[in-house]
Amino acid sequence: MAVATSPAAIARIPGARIVGWVWTFLRRYPVIPVAVLLIVLVIPALFAELIAPHDPIDGNLRARLLPPAWTDGGDWSYPLGSDRQGRDILSRMIFGARTAALVSLAALAVGGIIGSVLGLVAGYFGSWWDHIIMRLVDINLSLPLILLALVLVVLFEPGTATTVAVVALLLWSRYARQVRAEVLTLKEMDFVARARVAGASNLRIVFRHILPNVFNTIIVLATLQVGNVILLEASLSFLGAGIPPPDPAWGVMVAEGRDFIVTSWWLSVIPGLAIMFTVLSMNLLGDWLRDYLDPRLRQL
Amino acid sequence: MPQSRGAEGQDPLPGAGGSQQGRPAKQVTKNDSMQRYIIIRLFQAVLALIGVSIIVFTLVRITGSPIDVLAPADATEEDLRRVAALWGFDKPLWEQYVLFVGNALQLDFGPSIKFQGQSAMSLIGNAIPNSLQLAGFAMFVSVVMAVPIGVISAVKKGTPIDMIGKLVALLGQSLPPFWLGIVLIWIFSVNLGWLPVSGKGGFTHIILPGVALGWFSVAAFMRLTRSAMLNVLDSEYVKFARIKGTPEWRVIWKHALKNAAIPPLTLFGIIAGIMVTGVVTLETVFAWPGIGQLALTSVNARDYSVVQGLVILISAMFITINLVVDILYAYIDPRVRYGGGRG
Repeated sequence: MAVATSPAAIARIPGARIVGWVWTFLRRYPVIPVAVLLIVLVIPALFAELIAPHDPIDGNLRARLLPPAWTDGGDWSYPLGSDRQGRDILSRMIFGARTAALVSLAALAVGGIIGSVLGLVAGYFGSWWDHIIMRLVDINLSLPLILLALVLVVLFEPGTATTVAVVALLLWSRYARQVRAEVLTLKEMDFVARARVAGASNLRIVFRHILPNVFNTIIVLATLQVGNVILLEASLSFLGAGIPPPDPAWGVMVAEGRDFIVTSWWLSVIPGLAIMFTVLSMNLLGDWLRDYLDPRLRQL
Repeated sequence: MPQSRGAEGQDPLPGAGGSQQGRPAKQVTKNDSMQRYIIIRLFQAVLALIGVSIIVFTLVRITGSPIDVLAPADATEEDLRRVAALWGFDKPLWEQYVLFVGNALQLDFGPSIKFQGQSAMSLIGNAIPNSLQLAGFAMFVSVVMAVPIGVISAVKKGTPIDMIGKLVALLGQSLPPFWLGIVLIWIFSVNLGWLPVSGKGGFTHIILPGVALGWFSVAAFMRLTRSAMLNVLDSEYVKFARIKGTPEWRVIWKHALKNAAIPPLTLFGIIAGIMVTGVVTLETVFAWPGIGQLALTSVNARDYSVVQGLVILISAMFITINLVVDILYAYIDPRVRYGGGRG
């Protein structure tokens, strides 16, 4: 391996310099993950109505269980095939991307804000606040939340809002812990003492002086979690505790195709690939962002 | 909500399982600090359990009266009252709670509502060993994959081998376990016919769900092993071992790995949490008769006694695992005891 990567060896191969530049560029910037995310998640989510060739919910019963277009019996008007109700897989995947993006953004926002605020309060005010919030974190971390999620969905109407709430409930404690730990160090620093001497109120110190210093952490944590959140949403939908069936969601599609795996593999396999590529790219992007913004956060 | 019970009459605590800083360390002997730490952690664990029990108790009560599920649709007022009295729903809430906790401590969660004639505990008791078996095997798969990848990645840092290792780990983390399960069934059971499709039986039955579940945690273990190895390989004693002329494989796999194994230990608590989610989805895929299947059927049948029991028992298990991990960690790394926080 050392032979192929040494500069001298590369220089001897024609065109290798360009390949070398491209390689360096690819290593330095997360081009491929971003491209994959744009194609699989962002563009479909934003322009679902414009790109989707068919309606995601109303099927054409005469075009049931069509295989993907490149296989025997496929039809190019259904590029990735169709399901048992004659719904176009591609269209459902495109609208599913919107569901995934919406649910994960909303859940991250809710969970991130609640967790960060609690972390700030626990770290800055300490004493009782700290004890109470940290015990809540303990409880949150010790509950089998997937089971609670199942219960919650029976309690409330299953749907996007419930899914967001359940996922946010699973997320907040990470932020609370991490933010609190950083605030504990930050609040001992000189700039906080000076702000206090200058007459700044506690609220002002927390939000004006401390929050900007933990912001990178919050952003990195959020990026690193997007992948997990998408997986979680998919798992919940798969179990029937997330997005309710007629709506397009990747997890639901995998679940619906499960019983047809022997005869119609594409029903499950293709939406699963979308989940995989999205999560993989998101994880790579998160790693890159962490190293770029703050290499000290390696532990996250 | 349980926060009012959250923290009563405590002295300043060195905080929740880990990330705490800034308290001056007193000069105390090892035994003192260890005892103090264990007592505080035990206390916190009990508080967490109380919190869990309150949440479970309230959650089940706000779902609407369980009586509606228990009694037939055409039940009269009198019938409803009788059912309520039978199950103790006519008593004041606090009394119900005390009763609930008292019974739970004796592992009695009442009779199952769906499976007449069986107690919730017997159903759970039958399911838990199956799930533990699956989770245990998955953990094994995970460690067996992660440790060599992590060590080799650290030793060959920056080379293509390192990249491939990271990619294998990352891929596992990005594959939805339930989907991986389906794909594995498709490949190995349907197309190749090597392994059984689902159910529980001999060793061959556990391979597919175990791999699907285990691969997911590889990334976490592998990353920690890798970074811990990198730290350790830089240290003086490793250099010394090399200078001494110890063979390189011995330096890496014996001297270095022994110390690098400490940080990944703390992951067991977190992994246990991840595993439950995976177990629940994979058990539905593989028709594995464990807690996941039981949970799904009970939730759908509104079999609250089973759901309550499951949530409480699993929480207790998590809390115990984390407690043991924290105490072990404090034992190995004295900085934790003095409130220095983890690494």
